[in-house]
Amino acid sequence: MTSAVTRAVTRTVTRSEVEDFLFHEADLLDTWQLDEWAKLFTDDGEYLIPPTDLPDGDPAKHLFLVYDDRHRLGERAKRLGKKTAHAEFPHSRTRHLITNVRIAQDATTVNATCNFVVYRSKNGVNDVYPGHSLYRLVVQADGSFKIRSKRAVLDVDTLRPQGKVSIIL
Amino acid sequence: MNQQAGFDPISWAVRDDKAAGVFRIHRRAFVDQPILELERERIFGRCWLYAAHVSEVMEPGQFVSRTVAARPLIINRDRAGKLHVFFNSCTHRGAMVCRELQGRANNFSCPYHGWTYASDGKLVHQPIPESYAPACNAAGELNLREVPNFDEFCGFIFVSFAQDVIPLADYLADAGDYLRMASEHGAAGEGMEILGGTQTYCAKANWKLLQENSADGYHADTTHASYMDYIKAREGSVHNLYSAKGFGRVRNLQRGHSVSESIWGTPWGRPCARSMPSWGDDIKQELDAVFEAMVARIGRERADFICHGDRNLLIFPNLVVNDVGALTVRTFYPSAPDYFEITAWALAPRGESQRLRDLRIRNYLEFLGPGGFATPDDQEMLELCQKGYQAHTGVEWNDLSRGMLTEDGDSPAKQDELQMRTFWRRWRDLLAGAEV
Repeated sequence: MTSAVTRAVTRTVTRSEVEDFLFHEADLLDTWQLDEWAKLFTDDGEYLIPPTDLPDGDPAKHLFLVYDDRHRLGERAKRLGKKTAHAEFPHSRTRHLITNVRIAQDATTVNATCNFVVYRSKNGVNDVYPGHSLYRLVVQADGSFKIRSKRAVLDVDTLRPQGKVSIIL
Repeated sequence: MNQQAGFDPISWAVRDDKAAGVFRIHRRAFVDQPILELERERIFGRCWLYAAHVSEVMEPGQFVSRTVAARPLIINRDRAGKLHVFFNSCTHRGAMVCRELQGRANNFSCPYHGWTYASDGKLVHQPIPESYAPACNAAGELNLREVPNFDEFCGFIFVSFAQDVIPLADYLADAGDYLRMASEHGAAGEGMEILGGTQTYCAKANWKLLQENSADGYHADTTHASYMDYIKAREGSVHNLYSAKGFGRVRNLQRGHSVSESIWGTPWGRPCARSMPSWGDDIKQELDAVFEAMVARIGRERADFICHGDRNLLIFPNLVVNDVGALTVRTFYPSAPDYFEITAWALAPRGESQRLRDLRIRNYLEFLGPGGFATPDDQEMLELCQKGYQAHTGVEWNDLSRGMLTEDGDSPAKQDELQMRTFWRRWRDLLAGAEV
């Protein structure tokens, strides 16, 4: 499909390798190194958050909360670094907890699932975002991972009282 | 000014001095619980309120259940295909009889004691019926209760909880034609549909702030500066919002409704049907074909207005139809003076190609919704205002005077605040007891 595939290497990966990668991603997000976060994605990478009433929806047909291709997720990261991204200025404090990691591997992709809880604190309000993520990871020539797809499914009925997903889950 | 309870909203909440060009709103209007109680009674209890779109209940037996002005409703079609809007409450002891958001049902059975209603609302089963008088429902008062009034206008289903209310088309006044325009999109001419997937979110602010914000042409360059940066980076340039070719204006559509509109004046593309450079030639050709199909169907002047223009339509009190980078239907309701719940859907032409549908959703989400590049910043502004109103004993008034001296002229500008004054004047009159 893209250069990421042709560079991809087939080898057996372990769950702890994937966990280390997901913990690294969580750390980038909690330390607001968002441009570095965007670099974790392949050139055709995507970042999705389905609507709370249709967690199995298709972003090309249904109204999601987030439907980012690689360009837009890079711009999302860049935007959140600006003072004019008002909902995140000053930056909220966040903590991403990643648990229950499972992996399944085929010839080109490592499919990983995990549960998450993200805490966000800003303006005296503490919000909790529980959910689970579905990752499609590709193994690079140097053995590292890149994200082809991250689908963060919020396990909430409605986005209340959080109100918004101005942070990256 | 009377600062005590038992206030008269006309005399103190709205200062409307046309000669001086001064329009002010007292900040207590955003924080006082008694104001909210009056709003519930005299606005939400009386006005026509958006409930659903006809595309959500097309087939016999199809239903959606949702809350409108805090009241749980079932909107459905019965076996014969007739549209109903019921209160979702068992006539026995009150439990909600429908617990799913959508689906198909030929009857609704109360989970508490088992009273069961057909899809036309008729009570068809009571467990152990021998203990009831044979004619206990002879007058039908134990049937599922319909709301006092509901009606459909160009696919938009509205309800009113008042017994007596003017006809919906009269209520909509000059906003009706704008709702009609929102139903005329697309090449196929097959009507519109609500997409699957609902954005259900909220803001920790007073609900009236969202009505003010939803058509505010004055805030874009500052509140959404980072979105403008994004468009500029992608497209290489960005329209200057306030000096673009064409026009931008606000119209008072009567009865508290207004529209903020422009043609070719905004920096984003439109899936119906205004391309932008980064979308490429294939998309441009397809959108041009959509435009020509609409010209053939509704005439060039109207197709030009619909396809190449942007409209932020405010229907009093709590419906916003933003026809911008996508077509959105948004409604909201306050649970407290400083908290309200928002529900937003995407509306799109039936029969739209999959490629344009995908583009539409991407375009919607780059700006709009609780994960977009703009809506969270709007929410932040509303919440900053609400926090600011805690200082209302020190800073008492909001100023909405922009453009007031010329508001009766030919074309009040889009960044003027006529749309807000139109809302607030209606709000003032209804709170003071005016008929809807």
